[in-house]
Order: sequence, then C-alpha cells, then structure tokens
Amino acid sequence: MELRRFAFIALIIVVMFGTIVAIGSSRTSPGILIVSMLATTIAVATPLTLGALSGLYCERAGVVNIGIEGMMLASAFFGWFAAIYMNTILKMPPLLSLWLGVLAAIVTGGLMGLLHAVLSVTFKVDQIIGGTVINLLAVGISGFFNRQLFFEKGSIFGGQVPHAPGTLPAFHVPILADIPVVGRIFEQQPIAISAILLVFFTHYVLFYTRWGLRTRAVGEHPRAADTVGINVARMRYANVIIGGLMAGLAGAYFTLESVPSFEPGMTNGRGFISLAAMIFGNWSPFGAWSAALVFGAAQALQINLQFFRELIPPQWAFLQQASIVGLVPYLLTMLILTGIIGRTTPPAADGVPYEK
Amino acid sequence: MESNEQPKKGTISIIVDIFKRSAGAMLVPVLAVFTAMLVGALVIWGAGGNPIAAYIGLFEGAFGTARALSETTVWATPYIFAGLAVALAFKGGLFNIGAEGQLALGAVAAAWIGYALPDVLGVQIPGFIHLFLVVVGGLLAGALWGAIPGWLKAKTGGHEVINTIMMNYIALNMVSFLLNGVMKDPNPLNVIARTPLIASGARIPAIIEGYRFHWGFILALVVAFFIWWLLWKTTLGFEIRTAGANPDAAKYAGINVARTIVLTMAISGTLAGMAGVIEVTALNYRHELGFSQGYGFDAIAIALLGKTHPLGVVLAAILFGAMRNGATRMQFMTQIPVDVIQVIQALILLFVAADAIIRYIYRIRTSEERMVLTRGWGG
Repeated sequence: MELRRFAFIALIIVVMFGTIVAIGSSRTSPGILIVSMLATTIAVATPLTLGALSGLYCERAGVVNIGIEGMMLASAFFGWFAAIYMNTILKMPPLLSLWLGVLAAIVTGGLMGLLHAVLSVTFKVDQIIGGTVINLLAVGISGFFNRQLFFEKGSIFGGQVPHAPGTLPAFHVPILADIPVVGRIFEQQPIAISAILLVFFTHYVLFYTRWGLRTRAVGEHPRAADTVGINVARMRYANVIIGGLMAGLAGAYFTLESVPSFEPGMTNGRGFISLAAMIFGNWSPFGAWSAALVFGAAQALQINLQFFRELIPPQWAFLQQASIVGLVPYLLTMLILTGIIGRTTPPAADGVPYEK
Repeated sequence: MESNEQPKKGTISIIVDIFKRSAGAMLVPVLAVFTAMLVGALVIWGAGGNPIAAYIGLFEGAFGTARALSETTVWATPYIFAGLAVALAFKGGLFNIGAEGQLALGAVAAAWIGYALPDVLGVQIPGFIHLFLVVVGGLLAGALWGAIPGWLKAKTGGHEVINTIMMNYIALNMVSFLLNGVMKDPNPLNVIARTPLIASGARIPAIIEGYRFHWGFILALVVAFFIWWLLWKTTLGFEIRTAGANPDAAKYAGINVARTIVLTMAISGTLAGMAGVIEVTALNYRHELGFSQGYGFDAIAIALLGKTHPLGVVLAAILFGAMRNGATRMQFMTQIPVDVIQVIQALILLFVAADAIIRYIYRIRTSEERMVLTRGWGG
C-alpha cells in the first residue's frame, strides 16, 4: 500500500480511538477502552472483510460483483433456516445445527456465485446487471421463503418462528486470549477468526501460487492468458464461485454469529460497504482488510459511545446516531476514487466479458 | 392516378413498418415477462400454492376495479420517472444506480420547502408560487445528486456505478438523520420518522375525489414524451446518444463529452428527483422514511425491460406497478406471500439481460447488436 494512503488510514483510526478515549477516560481507563474498541471493531468488521474478499476473488479474475449484498442476504436466510430445521425438525444438538447452518449459508453463497458466473461468463450479460439480478432475487427469495416457511398456516413450523439454536460460541484463542487486558481481543467467535485467517490465505493464494497467478492474468489480460493456454472461462467460473462462498460465510455471520434471528433486508447495505472496502483497499487482501477495519471502527465507535451517553457534550451528541457514522465508509470511498489520496487501479479487464 | 394512390400506400406501409418494428422490439421483453411468470408459477406451486389462482388474484388486484386501476397508476408513477432516469443515463453510456438516493433527496428537499419555508422566511407564500418553489427545489436536489457523480466521472474518471452506489447510502443516511431529528413531525402522537405535512397551498389537488389517482401519472406520461423528444429531436439529445454510443467519435465530432456526461447525469437525477417530488406534492403531502426502498434497483429492471426507450419504460413501469399493486390482493386471496412478485421481477430482469436464454428457448434469431452498457471500473 502506498505510504500516503497508509498514513491516511492510520490517521482515521487514531481519530476514532482518540474520540472514545477523550469521552470515556473520566470513567474508564484508556487501556480498557482501546481494547474494548478493538474487540468490537474486529467483530463488526467480519462481514465487511469476508464481503470484500468475495469481491476480490471475482474482480481479480475480471468479473465485477455488485451482488455481494444479495449473496449475503440469501445466505443469511438459508443458513438460519437450515440451522433451525436441523435443530427443531431433525432434533440435532444446537451446536451441530449451527455448524450445518454455516455450511448451508456457504453453499447458498456458492450457488449465487454460480448464477453470477453463468450470467457474466457464459451469457456475457453486463456484470452490473448480473449483480442487480442477484440483489433483487435475494430480496425476493429470502422474503418469500421467510414468510412461506415460518409465518403461513400449515407451514413446517406451524405458523410461528421456533426457538433458534442460539449463536456460535466464542472461541478462546490459546495463549493469546490468556494475556491480561489485551486477551479480550482474542476472545472472538469462529467466523470472525476465519475471516482473518482467510485474509492471509487469500493473500498467499493470489500472490504465491500458480492458481493466483492465473487468476490475476485472467483479470488483467485475458487474451494473453488464453494464448498461453489458460482456460479463461473456467478460471472466472471458479473464482466467482469462490467469491460466492466468501459472501455465504459473511451471510452466516448475520444470523448464526451476530444475532440468532433473521429480518428481511437485515444485511442493510453491508454488502455495498464490502465493495467499498475492496476498492478502498485497492483490490488487495490486506488493503481490503484494513479498510474493513476502518469502516468497522466507525461502527464500533458508535456502539461504544452508547455506554457514555451522558458524558458526551451536547454539540457532539449527533455522533451517537447510526446514520452519521454510517456516512463514513461511503464518503471515504468516494474520496479515494477522486485520486487525491493515491491512485486506485482496478484489474485491467475488470468488468469486460471475454470474447474469444 | 398512380401518383394519387402511392402516398396513401406509403403511409399505410410506414404504419405497418412501425408496427412490425415495434413488434420485433417487443418480442424478447414480452417473452421474458412470460417466461419469468412461468418460473414464478413453478415457485408458487413448489411452495404449495395454486399458481392460476395466484395470478387471477394478481390481475384482479391490479386491474379488477376502478380503485385497483387507480392504485396501479399510483405505483407506476414513481416507476416511470425512475425508469426514465435510468434509461436516459443508459442512452448516454452511463449507469445510474443512484436513482434511489436522488429520489429520496428530491422528496426531502420538496417536503422541507413545503412545510418550513414560509416559517423560515416569515412570509405567507401564495399557493401557486409555493408549489413552484417546492417542485424546483426538489428537482434541483435530485439534479445535484445526479450531477456530482457525473462531474466526478468527467473530472477524475471515478466510475459512476461506484459513486452512485456510495451516494445512495450517503443520501439514505442523511435522510434518516434528518427525519429522525430536525425534520421529524413534532406532533406528540407521532412516532414515525416523517416530516410534517406540507402547506395546503403547495399541494397538487386530487383529480377524482376519493381516489388516489393523481396528476403525477399524467405528468409522467408527458415527461416520457418530452424525454423522447429531447433524445431524438434536439441537438442535446444527439450529443447524449453519440457520447453514449462512442465517446471517441463524439470527441472528434466536436462534442464536449465531459459537459455532456455531467448534463446527462444531472437530467437523470432530475427525473429521479421528480419521482420524490410527486410523492410529496400529489400523494402523501409529506416524506416518510422507507418510502423509496427499492425503487432505484427496480428502475434498472424497468429501463432494460423498456429497452431504454421512453415508451417502453412507460409500459414496463405500468407492468411493474400493476404487479406490486396486485400482489396484496393475491396474498389476501391465496396466502402466497407478496414477495414472490420480487422474485418474478428479478427473473424478468434476468431474462431481459440474458436474452440469449430467451432466444434459445423460443428459437429467435439474433437480429440486433448487443447492448454494451458499462466498460468496467477502469472506465
């Protein structure tokens, strides 16, 4: 990452952490505040990180994906449905049901990815429109099945939402989580931890393996890749489906890790923030992750400010509003795109169907 | 004698020609809608419902009574404006995903001018002038929200798809902030994020007492005709279409492409803003949070189903409006969730966009060139 952009990101993080310390330090020690902010940041950045990785796989292979939001939403629903079905109808233990739910969410994401690949690679549909199809379809099918399966008379659950098997239990990272004070950061739920591992994994795959080299070749110069014998269509299919799997795991975060329920439209734009994170991070795994953390920190700031409601000076009270903090990712991304804080360079063939 | 008859033949053959051409142009969209309804029927059947009963309910709910017809036009009105906004941008080679935000800001600006301006200025504004100010204010807000991504594209090359998506959420967050805060209806009984009612002088009266059918629908038809005229009968329209079809050729022809991009996006934003303005001035007389959820994305489907032609957009918007309106009765009669309509609409977009599927199923030869809409992030 360019130095200028790194300095910019560091500055934003310092400002956000500085704000919470400045407001809360009269009641709680700065160390505890910062640790708590960090822990919340990592948790809420989870779907953004995974969503950005989803976009990354697709776009590095030359397929624009604005359907991350829809992929997440559909996966969130079907993962949740699968977990409840396993638990209530098949009488499986809660933890096993949850993990099968995660699996169902990932499979749903993969299928959505497959649909995107069919549209954009086989039928060469404009990729923005392919993404729009996925977003509209996800709202429709998750809403339809939510009502049909849970709220209609004669539905399998008898017209009411059964008790959910809860959320995935937090994972105690060995040694690290035992460190006093700081250990709290390493007390995270499994999807949050896998998101971080997947960032490292994706970096390795993209830049240190033959697969990654081929993926990037297909995204930068498909004709050259084709000439040396790389199957462009197959590489694009595979990467878009992998992108779908990532978005599926992100979807699982909403209903199986964050809260044990589903609401129509509950992803609430976070798929688009993921897209923003990927662009902000200049199409690199660590860049995307740092952007997801910046956007997550904005959300964590707003959540943590709730604890110090009465300490906030009235002229800063608006900072507690979710809609003000919600502006941060979008404004920053537009700023990045203007080129003021360093250039952004998408893969050269991003969004262009390949004609043999 | 022959010279007398030939012009007659000529006019008839021209009319026949137009019919043939529009029938040819409508073939794929009509088959796409048909196929999507067929797949939708499978979904309904798979979920344990009766598709025929569902579609009868849908039709009755959309066109069965005078009231149903009136409600269909109410649904179709914002769809026409938003669909035109997206279609016009497509003609200019631009992808405006921001209709949602432009619409919401147009509505908020119109509502604010409608309820607060007389108090702020401390004067009584005569009804007609007040309405004029409300409309102009709302349209300017929409135009501005459209022009910014246009300007960014022209100046920095930042892709309008990303910028309009970002500006959607900026607008929605701003609107939510305003409607939950300073602009919230101060009535002590109110718990909803909505503005107070606008002054009675700034309202467009109903056409038929007791029906929600309003002037906005008629205005939408007039505006659709105007957009057709603008695109095909004016220099600006020619410039927009040329810059859209081939920016390099446009540059060599002496067209200021940067200026055309900003103008196209501004007009597009104005059209989307109009949808919001009409909702405030002719229908609800206030802006309420959540009114505009989803119009922006539906508008993309409408613009494509209408083949980015104003007449096509009007027809597609009425179809989408009818489906949304009829869905309530369908759910009431058959217990099929209204959400199935969204599945069908997504499938319509899928089949219109991937017309190769439709052409393959129905064995239609490819006659026209593929529409190239975007050219990737690199711009």
